[in-house]
Amino acid sequence: MNAAVPLEIEELTTDYGAIRAVDGVTLAVNEGSVTAVLGANGAGKTSLLRTISGLERASAGRVRLYGEEILGVAVEDIVRLGLAHVPEGRGVITELSTEENLRLGGLWRGADSAALSEMYELFPPLRERRTQLAGSLSGGERQMLSIGRALMSAPRVLLLDEPSLGLAPIVSAQIMQLVRHLAAERGLAVLLVEQNARSALAIADRGIVLNLGRVVADDAAAVVAADEGLRQAYLGF
Amino acid sequence: MTRFIDLTLNGISTGAVYAAVALALVLIWRATRIVNFAQGGMLMITTFIASDVISSTGSYWLGFAVALASGLVLGAVVERVLIRRVEGGPPLNAVIVALGLLILLEAAAGMIWGNTPRSFPPAFSIRGYEVGGTRLLFAPNDTFTVLVVFAVAGALAVLFRYTALGLKMRASALAPEVARLQGVRVGRMFTLGWALAALVGSLAGLLVAPSVFVGPNQFDPILIFGFTAAVLGGLDSPPGAVVGGILLGLVLSYVSGYEGASLVTLAALVVLIAVLMIRPGGLFSTSRERRV
Repeated sequence: MNAAVPLEIEELTTDYGAIRAVDGVTLAVNEGSVTAVLGANGAGKTSLLRTISGLERASAGRVRLYGEEILGVAVEDIVRLGLAHVPEGRGVITELSTEENLRLGGLWRGADSAALSEMYELFPPLRERRTQLAGSLSGGERQMLSIGRALMSAPRVLLLDEPSLGLAPIVSAQIMQLVRHLAAERGLAVLLVEQNARSALAIADRGIVLNLGRVVADDAAAVVAADEGLRQAYLGF
Repeated sequence: MTRFIDLTLNGISTGAVYAAVALALVLIWRATRIVNFAQGGMLMITTFIASDVISSTGSYWLGFAVALASGLVLGAVVERVLIRRVEGGPPLNAVIVALGLLILLEAAAGMIWGNTPRSFPPAFSIRGYEVGGTRLLFAPNDTFTVLVVFAVAGALAVLFRYTALGLKMRASALAPEVARLQGVRVGRMFTLGWALAALVGSLAGLLVAPSVFVGPNQFDPILIFGFTAAVLGGLDSPPGAVVGGILLGLVLSYVSGYEGASLVTLAALVVLIAVLMIRPGGLFSTSRERRV
């Protein structure tokens, strides 16, 4: 109900047939902060993001973007309201060039070449590969491209689904620092889904642990990271 | 030697028509991963419309324009009304819907315009050019055919490669969900893809109608040749469709000239089977290798 809060979720529930993937999740993400959503495979993390961005239909609950209800709004319109979703598996279109992938993210708002240059400054490796097919990029570069493409839409809320998946530890750490930087410098509200709980909590402000679609913990990241019981039961570190 | 030149020129001209049909099939395949078996029926309808407009107004070019416009509309309507329901479902559903539409269109055409094929005027003279006292098997109308097909193929290449709309269409075809997350109205892009394809198809109908006549079933062989050309070039690739069309036109022209016209359809099927066995991705396809 608060127009100052970028993303508010209340009692959100998503069903796949008889399976309840997201079960009454409530959370909020503030401006300039990173909220990490953690949990084992199948805990409902990806389903949660997909429901927020409209890719899956919610069975119940509310999702508000700066106080405006967005459940039921079409996927392609939600991005126009300021929410960008970087899907799992990076979601770059491998048959398009690096630059085409980037441009795609800003087409709906007529983003100009200045926006493109800004992305190349943020991600210098992409500039060198601008004409290459995205399929030829390394895992880390693809993740940069995927995040850069989302930023091309000038979002205020960013959903990131497992950005460190399949990356070497050092690259994964770079991506996590970048996420921290985006929240701090650009004031983005970031909802970060991660399997790699330790590195996500290291850069997050808040940690939320999901199990079987339910929130089992919601606290400051440092508190979650220090909770021996949570770590052993759900986080695996 | 003159015979060889004649057959080559003739092959290029008929190949251009196959290329246009192949382009129509490729556009739809790229947009929605559906082989549009109804394409022959759709271009038959638009060519009948052209025939009516030409005979009632006396203007070839008015009929030409009306056929292209009605192709655009027909393609969009077919996608919106029929195809949308089977998009993303099992491929067989789409095939059955397309075949059903073909039968429906051919039956409807028979009821509206009758089953007797009627003649159709060419855009330009079909008297072959005279070179050094001999008349070539290539006329001003063939020049027009080749030029217009190449112009359309070139325009499509520019659309896809250099425009924002083309980028949106390609993204929608390659990764619909990712495209939607970028704010692309994917459904609209699919409709546009079908509309453009049907426009190119109706152009093919206009170009080929003078030689095959207009009737409910007159365009069936063209669809087979166009399909072969599309497979030859790789169903994914518009330049491949053009090259495939020209290559097939040449092969069939040589077969027809040196072996006999009765072997043409058989030769086309042999080419189709050979491509599917030796290089199922077509000459220009790279995506199949990449998909693995």
